[in-house]
Amino acid sequence: MRLRETPEEQAFRRELRLWLEETLPTLPPEPPFDDWEAKRAYDTGWQRRLYEAGYAGVSWPKEYGGRGATPSEELIFLEETERAGAPYVGCCFVSTLHAGPTIIAEGTPEQRARYLPPILRGDHVWCQGFSEPEAGSDLASLRTRAVRDGNHYVVTGQKIWTSHAQVADFCELLVRTDPDAPKHKGITWLIMPMDLPGIEVRPMRTLTGESEFSEMFLDEVRIPVENVVGAENDGWRVAMVTFGFERGTAFVSELLASKRLLADLVEIAKKTPWRGATAWDDAGIRDELVLIEAELEAQWALTKRNVSRAARHGTPGVGGSVFKLAYHETRERMGEVALRILGRARLALDDPTGVSARHLDHVHQRLYALSLSIAAGTAQIQRNIVGERLLGLPKDR
Amino acid sequence: MDFEPTDDQVALQTELRRFLAERIDHDARRAIAEMPGAVDRDLWRELGGMGVFSVTLPESAGGVGLGFAEATLVFEELGRAAVPGPLVGTFLAAGLDVDLAASAAAGEATVGLCPVGDPAFVEHLPALDALLVVDDGGVALAEPPAGARPVDRPLDPLTPVAVVEALPAGRPVGDGDLARELRTRAALLAAALQVGLATAAVEMATGHANQRVQFGRVIGQFQAVKHMLADAQVQVEVARAAVQAAGVELDDAAAGHQEASAARRAVDVARIVASRAADRATRACIQVHGGMGFTWELDAHLYLKRALVLDAGVGSPEDAKDALAAAL
Ligand SMILES: Cc1cc2nc3c(=O)[nH]c(=O)nc-3n(C[C@H](O)[C@H](O)[C@H](O)COP(=O)(O)OP(=O)(O)OC[C@H]3O[C@@H](n4cnc5c(N)ncnc54)[C@H](O)[C@@H]3O)c2cc1C
Repeated sequence: MRLRETPEEQAFRRELRLWLEETLPTLPPEPPFDDWEAKRAYDTGWQRRLYEAGYAGVSWPKEYGGRGATPSEELIFLEETERAGAPYVGCCFVSTLHAGPTIIAEGTPEQRARYLPPILRGDHVWCQGFSEPEAGSDLASLRTRAVRDGNHYVVTGQKIWTSHAQVADFCELLVRTDPDAPKHKGITWLIMPMDLPGIEVRPMRTLTGESEFSEMFLDEVRIPVENVVGAENDGWRVAMVTFGFERGTAFVSELLASKRLLADLVEIAKKTPWRGATAWDDAGIRDELVLIEAELEAQWALTKRNVSRAARHGTPGVGGSVFKLAYHETRERMGEVALRILGRARLALDDPTGVSARHLDHVHQRLYALSLSIAAGTAQIQRNIVGERLLGLPKDR
Repeated sequence: MDFEPTDDQVALQTELRRFLAERIDHDARRAIAEMPGAVDRDLWRELGGMGVFSVTLPESAGGVGLGFAEATLVFEELGRAAVPGPLVGTFLAAGLDVDLAASAAAGEATVGLCPVGDPAFVEHLPALDALLVVDDGGVALAEPPAGARPVDRPLDPLTPVAVVEALPAGRPVGDGDLARELRTRAALLAAALQVGLATAAVEMATGHANQRVQFGRVIGQFQAVKHMLADAQVQVEVARAAVQAAGVELDDAAAGHQEASAARRAVDVARIVASRAADRATRACIQVHGGMGFTWELDAHLYLKRALVLDAGVGSPEDAKDALAAAL
């Protein structure tokens, strides 16, 4: 166990900090609300800048365009980019944080060579086609059918809640290749190019007002057999690898962003008039803010453990579920105390009266936090995972 | 003591529930969101005609001649149907000694309610005929302020909001005593609305839990889901009892059977627990719906957002906590 940084790691941090100071002022203006083409251009543009400067895929192997650095450097990268207020991964979430890592772990050399470099260059956006209308928590009951026809699978079915589908180039798709096998045994993980005939994407609005996710209708989409990741009918195992990344390491930058949100809330509390003093002087408010700070710091320690474990074993495992449960609970309470502090200013999104000096939208964050106990496996399912896989308690189903 | 509702009270509540169930559904709410200030003037008059804004006014003054006990039942139903509009402000204005009172009571006029603030956030502004401004020192009735800046994205799509740099002074209609009385009434009505919102949220979630199948079972069979809804329902039941008790206490105080301070304290209690119940229930509703709960299309978010808006109004839970602390 070591937390201290090596001289090389310290040098990496300094160099990155300088680069960020030079680069961030040259970024284009942020995209307008709910304009997904513009968001895509902005997010992939940032990814491209990272790539050109050698900061894309910090811990990815060098042969695929990554930096081949240690997990510590990956965390330093996330810390520094967050501290500097650099753009969030956004549309590059799936590609860089779980589709790419899954292909590194499970893909063939050809797949790695073909798909990984364009991800790092910001050429390709990916989406995740796992959930279906009848298969959410019970993902293994998914019905989208893939029937072998020569060198292709012919895929028909429906996916739902597919984030960023409307601007994606590829989809990590789970399909049923053996309808007769037990439900976990007949699933395959496929790479689906989004420009194939037979794919229809219908955006849906989330409760924050953005068309973040979509319904996706697949009608006899012909996907080459070489696009299988892992083996045919071994997709459930591969999906668990994807989940390990999605729940485990993908939220690291979110956690850091939450620390910034909390720091901002403290600043707001210190200048908000409250019962003859400021909100920060109110013991109830301060107690809650301090508790949240402590929780976020502790979750940062847990994250270091998860990331180290992933580096040693290839995937983060159940640690991701532990993290997500702790994190969503903290974020919910942070949203609660934020709205208390904001008072009437909670009535609008986008902070129209400039309460936040850092231009953070705590009302949006309060609403967004509601998704943290649903997306990437609900809190109830994560608790089952912790109870069953970590504690070895029996299954109830 | 007999704290069960009378037959008349049950009938009053049932009749309004039936009316609202027919009049307002998912699509109607969305249609109202598109109207100026998100107020449906026809509906407003219909509500006025049913006595919604004049429940506590004497029959001699054209009111229904009932009390705050009944008003809590009426506002619970308005909350349950998530009826948009300045319900509390209009109700309060109907009870004031001002010219506008009669038209507010009849549902001809809409009256907003706003705490002083700098800047101030005014709800439903484009639809308002007048605005009640309340602070510790007194109450003023103002023309709807000009030069307001509508916000692009209100928290609740059914509660449009405008930012006003300086609220107009308006005409004083009462002193600090009236301010305190209006705050108490507003707190009670907001709490009743939240009990209604929470009830609707639990009902909707229970319906879904009874029908959504995952892992070969309806999800309501999973203890995690069943307990989440049971916990929410417990809070709703507690809050409903506290709200109705506070309504009765206010009526008793008005009739001289109870200390005004004790009645106010009952309202503070109701305000605090109703806010928590609404938060718990509306979150549970979203959680039980899974991905669907996070959509704009489902009404679950409307319940949650309205409950959050109500917490920031005149007579907020924060005020109630202060008052209750002072009384301890
Ligand atoms: C913002 C957002 C983005 C998303 N993005 C994507 C994406 O890009 N790609 C993708 O594939 N999916 C995505 N999802 C979908 C997400 O993974 C599913 O919503 C989630 O897995 C839950 O499935 P469901 O919506 O069908 O809910 P259900 O499974 O129907 O769950 C309903 C309720 O029942 C509970 N429940 C179900 N089973 C059990 C059980 N055994 N024990 C206890 N409780 C249970 C759940 O916890 C929940 O409260 C996204 C969701 C959100 C909210």
